[in-house]
Amino acid sequence: MSTPVFKNRLVRWIDYRLPVFTFMNHELNEYPTPRNLSYWWNFGSLAGIMLVTMIVTGVVLAMHYTPHVDYAFQSVERIMRDVNYGWLIRYLHMNGASMFFIVTYIHIFRGLYYGSYKSPRELLWMLGVIILILMMATAFMGYVLPWGQMSFWGATVITNLFSAIPFVGEKIVTWLWGGFSVDNPTLNRFYSLHYLLPFLIVGVVVLHLVALHRFGSNNPLGIDTKGPQDTLPFHPYYTAKDMFGLGVFLIIYALIVFFAPNLFGEPDNYIPANPLATPPHIVPEWYFLPFYAILRAVPNKLGGVVLMFSSILVLFVLPWLDRSPVRSGRFRPMFRIFFWLLVLDAVVLGVVGANPPEGNWILFGRMATIWYFVHFLIVLPLLSRLERPRPLPISISQSVLASGGGFAPQPVRTMDKA
Amino acid sequence: MVHGAEAIRNAGAHRPGEEGSRRDFLILATTAVGAIGVASLAWPFIDEMNPSADVLALSTTEVDLSPVAVGQAITVKWRGKPVFIRHRTPDEIKAARSVNVADLRDPQPDEARVQRPEWLIVVGVCTHLGCIPLGQKPSDPHGDYGGWFCPCHGSHYDTSARIRKGPAPRNLVVPDYVFLSDTMVRIGEAAAKGAAA
Amino acid sequence: MRWSLIAGIAGLVVGTGVAMAETTEVTLPERHWSFDGFFGTFERPDLKRGFEVYHGVCSACHSLKLLHYRDLTGIGYTPDEIKAIAAEQKFTDGPNDQGEMYERSGRPSDPFKAPFPNEQAARAANNGALPPDLTLIVEARKGGANHVFGVLTGYQEPPADVQLKEGQFYNQNFPGHIIAMPPPLSDGAVTYTDGTQATVPQMASDISTFLAWAAEPNLEARKRMGVKTVLFLIVFTGLLYAVKRKIWLGVKH
Repeated sequence: MSTPVFKNRLVRWIDYRLPVFTFMNHELNEYPTPRNLSYWWNFGSLAGIMLVTMIVTGVVLAMHYTPHVDYAFQSVERIMRDVNYGWLIRYLHMNGASMFFIVTYIHIFRGLYYGSYKSPRELLWMLGVIILILMMATAFMGYVLPWGQMSFWGATVITNLFSAIPFVGEKIVTWLWGGFSVDNPTLNRFYSLHYLLPFLIVGVVVLHLVALHRFGSNNPLGIDTKGPQDTLPFHPYYTAKDMFGLGVFLIIYALIVFFAPNLFGEPDNYIPANPLATPPHIVPEWYFLPFYAILRAVPNKLGGVVLMFSSILVLFVLPWLDRSPVRSGRFRPMFRIFFWLLVLDAVVLGVVGANPPEGNWILFGRMATIWYFVHFLIVLPLLSRLERPRPLPISISQSVLASGGGFAPQPVRTMDKA
Repeated sequence: MVHGAEAIRNAGAHRPGEEGSRRDFLILATTAVGAIGVASLAWPFIDEMNPSADVLALSTTEVDLSPVAVGQAITVKWRGKPVFIRHRTPDEIKAARSVNVADLRDPQPDEARVQRPEWLIVVGVCTHLGCIPLGQKPSDPHGDYGGWFCPCHGSHYDTSARIRKGPAPRNLVVPDYVFLSDTMVRIGEAAAKGAAA
Repeated sequence: MRWSLIAGIAGLVVGTGVAMAETTEVTLPERHWSFDGFFGTFERPDLKRGFEVYHGVCSACHSLKLLHYRDLTGIGYTPDEIKAIAAEQKFTDGPNDQGEMYERSGRPSDPFKAPFPNEQAARAANNGALPPDLTLIVEARKGGANHVFGVLTGYQEPPADVQLKEGQFYNQNFPGHIIAMPPPLSDGAVTYTDGTQATVPQMASDISTFLAWAAEPNLEARKRMGVKTVLFLIVFTGLLYAVKRKIWLGVKH
């Protein structure tokens, strides 16, 4: 690790007193990164960019939005019609939320496949789950703000869930609402918290990155880096690769914002909230659909709530459910099958969540919910013990040098534990 | 970062002597295109703070002049600012017109500042630093020239609301207005060209 | 194997997405609108005629509150024409210096005057049904402009097994088929200033276009900016790819 001497005098003056430049050089420039990262590793930086995007567009929208039940819907329409480029900023924010969840879900599934949650990255993983929970809370409250029919009724349904808590449930709901139903006090406090939470997310993201840099990134082979032959400096290799990935992502984002801005939305949310008229189908935004399906799979209200939260909480303990010493799914043939089954299961849950809980959808929803928990609580622990993994390469550079990324013929080494 | 350029030159340099000029040009071009993109992206975020269409549209206010007797003045609110409407006496009109325009700090003949000589309509915001001058009420000080006096820094305005003494640089602003009838004026709308004063 | 699985999942999602329907699904006539597609625009003559339909027919029951008269510059009316359109309506304003409310003519800065002062009055005049505000109707209904057009042209005699109550009408293209609005359009209901023959399909098409504009007056600006942005991003991403390749050239990974 070299301590560089900066050529610029001002930079040196600042750095001596507040070593930001040394810090940035170490963490963003020379920072050794595994040389074999695939494009699945782009999604973390994309998530970070989306966080910044949402904050910037959100702060600007907040200059024009009025968080009062009589004015909220109108103020959003004013943004769309009268504020210069208001329509653009609103569509960027609205669709940015969906893009944020897309990249985050891919980022999570990447972690699941390659075992990025395993030792010594357990805390890194758990911080990520906290980020996910904060994102979900932020998105839920944000959707209420336009005060459309779905805003109001989605808020009503989900806040009502807390009444399932024994003894104190009703009091908690009244406390959340600030009244006896979702109304102006609720809207106002959701606005305040919606503005606050993203900055908490920034804080947890910082911790997430600190934890990441402690041991560095995982890689597609799942084996530790052994030295400089296995790594590349982050700049310019991964800055360039991340920029390219960002370009591709922006094209998709732009296509949606400019040509299909209401693709992810619900028409009912263009109707002002009416507490006296329930829409025929109450659906949350797409990124909540799998959890919505789990919630409705249980006929008991409290049971549904508990199971829905458990579906996220189970992720916290994943490093202790899957104890296989082999990280990457690339060398775990059985694990791979179950991984793809989990992906399918998540999609099925999402489709179930979008449909009314009638007929066959109830059966599918219950089967998919059961399978979700079976995967984490039964399959993964069993696989840890029973699976025969494929032989691991000796090192990243060995694997990389061998033609076609083939493996060294030596038998598998025992996994290095941190 | 400082070492980026060096790293770029070292990176992928499997032919150490190779001139990186083609690569550097590519990076230069890409950076330039990126800068254009960033600037284009930044503009909407700046422009959204400019007045929106509904603010720009809220332009006029109509005032009924019939209760304003000769020698009286009223203040109305227009675009968030006070507007002084004074029903001038013949003496006030004469005083305004017997000034050598060339001597004024902001030379403007009285005729150019009114459509009908008995009605003076000006924005009641001092052109120095924005205080509201006194002079609308009979009990107010009117300054040395019979018009208005700004208490903040001592600007004196005459009966045509022109600056005569004190730090203000310009005369009180005359807004667009149009007489809808002898007793009704709409402030904020320009009179049609060639309309009788 | 992995990619065929992904393709399978995609097929499942799309297939169930299509099947994902309310139980009262209708198949709407799919018209091609001038504002469809990447390069869609509103035709000003269509918009003007559509406004005339709103003005002459729909405004009797439906408000358009989120639109202001000044917005009509987007249709091609001049400021003077807009002043005249606004001045047709009376608005309550005040209080004046005597403390009384008074009536005044509409101004361009006013929102479109609603036909009823409140929801209760609207219901009382319409058999208890509330004619919805139309400013966002195209975005608030599945099918958008196709829905509006379909409903306006979808009135029919009910089939034998459907019994209509007083104040109900049968509509082929309305989800659930029973609608409280009587057929609002009939041939010649409006006399177009540009001389176009006012048949029901013509009026339905014009009002649908007008309402699509009312829901999103910035649609054209959005698509124009979109074309420029996406083209720019494609070029820029191409450059970024070239940079990435150059930097990684010869590096074992």
